[in-house]
Amino acid sequence: MIEIDDVSRLYDGRAVVDQVTLTIQPRTVCVIVGTSGSGKTTLLRMINKLVNPSSGSLRIDGEDIAGIPAYELRRRIGYAIQGHGLFPHRTVAQNIATVPGLLGWDRAKTRARVDELLELFQLDPASFRDRLPHQLSGGEQQRVGVARALAAKPNILLMDEPYGALDPVIRAKAQADLLSIQRKLGTTIVLVTHDMEEAIHLGDTIAVMAHGKLLQSAPPAEIIARPANDFIADLVGSSERPFRLLSLSRVGDHIEPGTASGAPIATTASLRDAYAELLWSARTALPVTRDGEIVGQVTLAALARLAARPQ
Amino acid sequence: MSWGNLIRLVALLTLLALLLWPDAFSGAFGLLTTNGQPAIYNQGNLLDITLSHLGIVAVATLGATIIAVGLAIIVTRPFGAEFLPVSRSLANIGQTFPPVAVLALAVPMLGFGTAPTLVALFLYGLLPIFENTLTGLTGLPPAVVEAARGMGMSGWQRLLRVELPIALPVILAGIRLSVVISLATATIGSTVAARTLGEVIIAGLLSNNTAFVLQGGLIVGVLAVLIYDGLSALERSLLARTGQTRA
Repeated sequence: MIEIDDVSRLYDGRAVVDQVTLTIQPRTVCVIVGTSGSGKTTLLRMINKLVNPSSGSLRIDGEDIAGIPAYELRRRIGYAIQGHGLFPHRTVAQNIATVPGLLGWDRAKTRARVDELLELFQLDPASFRDRLPHQLSGGEQQRVGVARALAAKPNILLMDEPYGALDPVIRAKAQADLLSIQRKLGTTIVLVTHDMEEAIHLGDTIAVMAHGKLLQSAPPAEIIARPANDFIADLVGSSERPFRLLSLSRVGDHIEPGTASGAPIATTASLRDAYAELLWSARTALPVTRDGEIVGQVTLAALARLAARPQ
Repeated sequence: MSWGNLIRLVALLTLLALLLWPDAFSGAFGLLTTNGQPAIYNQGNLLDITLSHLGIVAVATLGATIIAVGLAIIVTRPFGAEFLPVSRSLANIGQTFPPVAVLALAVPMLGFGTAPTLVALFLYGLLPIFENTLTGLTGLPPAVVEAARGMGMSGWQRLLRVELPIALPVILAGIRLSVVISLATATIGSTVAARTLGEVIIAGLLSNNTAFVLQGGLIVGVLAVLIYDGLSALERSLLARTGQTRA
């Protein structure tokens, strides 16, 4: 658990982060959203002491980080940034092995961990281990960057606009991979982005910041349904609200009995995908499949009900 | 083999032949002499003089590299940042001072011989290495430096494992410039009795023997070109290894 308690950071008397209090539950994804200059990156960088707070305190699992040496704390916390920051003169394996090396892991253990991570990120160890970062595609570099951040099995992973430099297709894949890895490892992730779409897709909690202040911290459905002010409502986008709400749920949770005709949709698809498919194929219901078997249907009427503002 | 490499190989072999068997070239150099002057320098062994010349340049450059890189490292650390302007002007003074003047000033203190030449070359070599090391250390990709900090590397670990290796090609370019300047400037050292190829050139000038002047000049010139080329190739391979292209 990360507890940010009344934390401020001043530069030249101006508060870049202004009395922020935020608690991040273990094994969840917290996305900090804000425009540039909102202080979101500064707040993130205070968690691993790249920036020290001017006032207030931060605790990790109850321990005040002010008492932990910065280098020691950082070795315990994964850190992935925009533009990956891979060391250009070191191979993929050496890059991933950075923190294990700092912690003094032995060679065999490090090597096993590197291969394990490469496989986790769907990079064939035999062919990727000895490559240099510039020999990888943008998406591969980004995956190696996250693998490097996870190398020493940190409980916490900080990510600063990790997907900012990726094109939309690769970004969607990277986001999906991150969620599945997060569920597998149970890592607490704090991710900074300016993209509300990304925040809704990834976050268990969304924290919205502007001008150094934390405006609202709530689950995505709550942010969409009950934005605390107009600024947040604008970020969500009024014309996007119903679709964003649908994107939060899976087809599998809203199956109705019945048999519809035409191409089926999987239980793992989002309601938004189902809604788009219904409109596009001009049907009123879609058959739903789980593991290749028809288990029911999802209807246009149900989706319309679910997309309405929650009471 | 490319034409460039072929020319380099021929130049290297010719140079080695001239140094090892100078008499084989007496016919060619004889064309430049008058009144039965000797065609090949006869007041010392060309190979010994060349090795001494290279040795003086190597020692001066090594010293300059250690001091210049050390200074650049110090002034790019947080605690040394305030010394940046001072050290820059110090290195600049080294460069604007004519080497002859350094020699003239150093002789009364250090006497005749190799020492004053070493001092002049050392001072002369500082600036290019210092400037390039500064450029290399301050121009690192910000994301890489940020990642190194964020993963918990200490200041020393960042310097040795990340900053210096990435800046190395740029530092090497500074060393290359410094070596080439020193190779040429070292010839002046012979005016204060250092053993360099300058003595061949000076002997030629004193006795009006063009063959001597040309021998000394050619050896220095070919050495400079070959060393410059060799270091350039090393830089290119380092740059290619890290996927950087020449800025």
